This record gives sequence, C-alpha cells and structure tokens, in this order.
Amino acid sequence: MGMTMTEKILARGAGRESVKPGDLVLAKVDFAMGHDLTIPPAGRIMREQMGAEKIWDPDRVAVTQDHFQPAKDAASATLGRLTREFSHEMGIKWYFEVGQGGICHTVLPEHGLVLPGELVVGADSHSCTYGALNNFATGIGSTDLACVLALGELWFRVPETLKFVYHNRLKEWVEAKDLILYVIGQIGVDGARSKAMEHVGEALKHIDMEARLTITNMAIEAGAKNGILEFDEVTKKYLDGRAKRAYTPVTSDPDAVYEKVFEFDVEKVELGVAKPMSPDNYAPLSEVAGTRLDQVFIGSCTNSRITDLRRAAAVLEGRHVAPGLRLIITPSSHQVAIQAEKEGLIGTFLAAGAAWTTATCGACLGGHMGVLGDGEVCLSTTNRNFPGRMGHPKAQVYLSNPAVAAASAVTGVITHPSEVLKHLPAEVA
Amino acid sequence: MSFPKVLRGKAWKFGVNIDTDQIIPAKYAIYSLDEKELGKHAMEGVPGREGWASQVTPGDILVADSNFGCGSSREIAPVAIRGAGISLVIADSYARIFFRNAINMGYPILQSPQAAEAVAEGDELEVDLEEGIIRNFTKGDEYRCEAFPEFMNELLHMGGLVPWVRKRLEEQRRAAS
Repeated sequence: MGMTMTEKILARGAGRESVKPGDLVLAKVDFAMGHDLTIPPAGRIMREQMGAEKIWDPDRVAVTQDHFQPAKDAASATLGRLTREFSHEMGIKWYFEVGQGGICHTVLPEHGLVLPGELVVGADSHSCTYGALNNFATGIGSTDLACVLALGELWFRVPETLKFVYHNRLKEWVEAKDLILYVIGQIGVDGARSKAMEHVGEALKHIDMEARLTITNMAIEAGAKNGILEFDEVTKKYLDGRAKRAYTPVTSDPDAVYEKVFEFDVEKVELGVAKPMSPDNYAPLSEVAGTRLDQVFIGSCTNSRITDLRRAAAVLEGRHVAPGLRLIITPSSHQVAIQAEKEGLIGTFLAAGAAWTTATCGACLGGHMGVLGDGEVCLSTTNRNFPGRMGHPKAQVYLSNPAVAAASAVTGVITHPSEVLKHLPAEVA
Repeated sequence: MSFPKVLRGKAWKFGVNIDTDQIIPAKYAIYSLDEKELGKHAMEGVPGREGWASQVTPGDILVADSNFGCGSSREIAPVAIRGAGISLVIADSYARIFFRNAINMGYPILQSPQAAEAVAEGDELEVDLEEGIIRNFTKGDEYRCEAFPEFMNELLHMGGLVPWVRKRLEEQRRAAS
C-alpha cells in the first residue's frame, strides 16, 4: 500500500518501512523550535524534572524572542532572560536575539533551517507553517519540547491525510489568504482535527513560497496536525542558496490512501474575510464591506512577509489612513524590515500615518503594540479571531489579506482594494 | 504522582470550540511558570465566565463539547485548568495539542460524546478511570469513555512524559557507561 508524504516522513523518523494512520510511533526529530513563552517552561522541565543536562543537538534547535519581546513588562522580561540564558547555556546555534530575528515562523524558513523531507516540531501551534517547504511540521507543547530537547525524539500518532486539490488560478486581488479562509470556512475549525492537510494542484504552481507559507500556516485553524505541499521548482528556487543542510524531498505515492479528497476551482474563490469570532466564519468581502473599523493590523506569521508588505504599500502609496482609525504594521522578521527599508516601503507606511513597529508577534495574540479594547473592531491579517485573541473578549476581529487591510485603513471601513487602487502593479501582484 | 482510580466532583459545562485564548488569555502567559496564578484566571476568556476560577471547588470536573482546547500550543491551557482545581476534563473531542499536553502532563482527560451531550452544569459526577465509566448521580445516568491507546495509557499511569524521559535517559546513561 502506498504512503502519503506525511506518512513517509513519519516512517523514516520512526525507522520503519511503513506506517499507517492511527499508528503511534516514536520518531527522530530533524529540527525543533521554541520561543520566549515556551522555552522557559520547556527548559525547566528538561533540566529540573527530566534531569537532562544538555540538549540532543544544539545545531538543530532554533529559539526566537518574538511573542512578548521586546519585553512588554517586567514579567515578560524575565521570560526573555530565561530564554536567553537557556539558549546560551545549551549552546543553541540558531538563537535569534531581539532586533535580529523576528517571528519564528518567518525566521526559520528565511534562514533555510526547515527543509524538504524533514520532521520538524515547534513549541507553537503555527509550526505547521513550515510544511509549505515539503516537510512534516507540527506544533507541540512545552513538555513535548523538553522531551525533544533531551532525546531528539517524540511520540506521534500517524494522522489520516485529507487531500486538497486546487484547480485553475486565483483571480485578481484574491490571495492565498482568501483561499485558505475559504477552505477553513468550508470544513470548519475542526474539519481537519488531528489530520494532515495535503495541498496539491495546478493553482499552487502560480502561488509563490511566501503565499504558500500562508496556506500551511493556517492548517491549525482547521485543527490539522500539519499542512504539507509538494516539492517543485518554486520550492527549489526558494531554498537555493538558503538551505543550511542537504535535503531529500518526498512525494506521495500514486496509490497513497486519503481519508477524503476535496476539489476546489480556485477561480471561483472570492476575496473574503473571516468574521468574528472564529476563523471558519468565512464571508465574501461584499457581505461585510462598509463595516466601520477602529484598528487595522498588518502583521503576524500569516501575512507580514515582504511580499505582503509590498502589496500593502502599493495600496497605501500616496494615500493616508482614515481619521479615527489607527493602522499598525508589524513586519514578521528583521530581514523583512531590512528589505522593506531598502525598497522604501517604510517611508510609504509612515507617510500614510501608519505605526511601524519592530518585528514581533505583538498584537496578533493580544500581547502588546495594538491590543484591542472593549467593543473595538479590528481588521487584521492574522490567523485567529476567537473571543479575546487580540485583547478584550468583546472586541470584534475580522481576518483578511494585506491588500484588503491596507485599503480598509484608507477608507475606515472594510473595503475592496480595487476601490482604492484600480489594479495591483504586476510586480507585486 | 500516582494515577487516581476514581474521581468525584461537580460538573462545569462549556460549549464547542473553546480555544486556548479563552481557557487562559495570552496576557497571562507571563505567569507561564506559576500554576496557581494561572489557575486564578482559567476560563476567564470565555464570555460570561469572568471570575469562574474562584467558584471552583477542588476536585470539580470540567465537561465541554467538541474541539476543546483548539488554538495555540501553549501548555498553560491545561496547566491553568489544573491550577484552578479541576480534577478531570471530559469533552466530546479535543484539539490535538491540548490533548497531547494533558497526556504529557499526566493529567486525566477523557473523551465521551455521550457525557458531553447529557451532563448539565452542577451535576454530581463520579468517574472510574480504570473502567472508563462516568456516573451521573444527579441524573442517574452512566456514560462510556473512549479507551486510550496503549502507549498513552502507559504515559498516564507513569505520571506523564517526564518520568518516561527520565527512564529513557537513565537507560542511555547505563548503556554509555
């Protein structure tokens, strides 16, 4: 019987010829990640409770200071310090200091640390992001991470795989974000619970790596264990000159078994949003256009890489944020910020009246730099809009792509970007 | 920590898709290393449940509908619930990371669609973890739980992933010497 990509990676990690859905396996991990909220508990569990003195392989661990950093208060400064001390004491090679890294899920791919065919875990739910690079990547807890740091292995239940086939091409203005919001709207926030989402089809050929990362990033919003894409020219090009290790891509066998196959004609997918208070509350933009906004946030591991910022800047160029609304733009990494500076995007944002911040998770999880108050309405390029995610439980959060967010910041209400800018310039589309 | 056989407590009832930011709002992640402090704010993000933790009697049981614990991977979600004094969680189904985290902590967590549907807030429950039976004294009902796979059962009985790793590290040290 054939295997899916996900099954092949888990089988290799477990040192077995084959695995099937439902099997519990102990598998070797190729790369692990933790950050300022998950390293302190994992480090303490590993050293004080498990009795491990060193980590299994300092070259295969990355640590970022991203969630509450630069420290938002004294308590988060302590978490930052514990994260820093642990990383230095363990000799972790890929430690990213404040002002040099950014959000883990942007930093790891851009540094070529998570590669095709690999088994990757991260103590953060959006670790599924890396699967766009043809690997098995999944989010784990702090005790899990402690186990991986100590032993380099972890238990997994082999997931059933759901296959998503995308035909045709996305229309103008419609982005990978709209596609994944639409898919989650179709299957629900538990539609892929504990399962693998395998994304294939010709539509993906026309979607660049940064946008692909947006698709796999939101696998967790459908409850999935991982999201994975095939290896192709786009993957290879992205990794050339970037990959830090040799790698071996995986493909699903022609006779691999899928629990279910979903087919989508992506040309029919409309520009859309997830309405409050759940990522599966999809609506076409036309249904919510005109909704008054207090804040627009362009940021997060979902939609704040350089291509996202270019689209936002194209919409904001020569325009200004609407009175009574604040626009907060948080690049997802330091490299993204450097590139944005080179291209003059930051000047565009500042001239438009946006608050430009350092790279951090920030407002996405209601941490700092854009937390919402009681009854406020926000349009956000992030991934999750459950009650209280960005601050007050009664704040209303809509999720969208960056061009919609930028256009809506200009008008003060949810707006189709074509009302602000006729066409997106070809070089950023 | 030995694994309890029978637990008894009053039920607290929650709905579908309760995510980790409702279980413990992210702003309390600054207390990641303090279970008691986290416990004070457990379920605070669920609309209408502000101040819930102060009403919990140690040993109470939390019963939820489907996809409980979806959202973030933060282990502080099950830690906060345990810190609030909840002895056991029963749900129709769980989001996977929440489920893993609870098992890894050696914290009892049961899947029972039957109980999730039938139990009402305030019902007096008794749970036999060995038999996988939930008894509802208020309603005079009995519900079955889904059985754990062997390895998870082993983890739970050992007290979670920590003792399992300790054992494995000891084996590695013995083999090396």
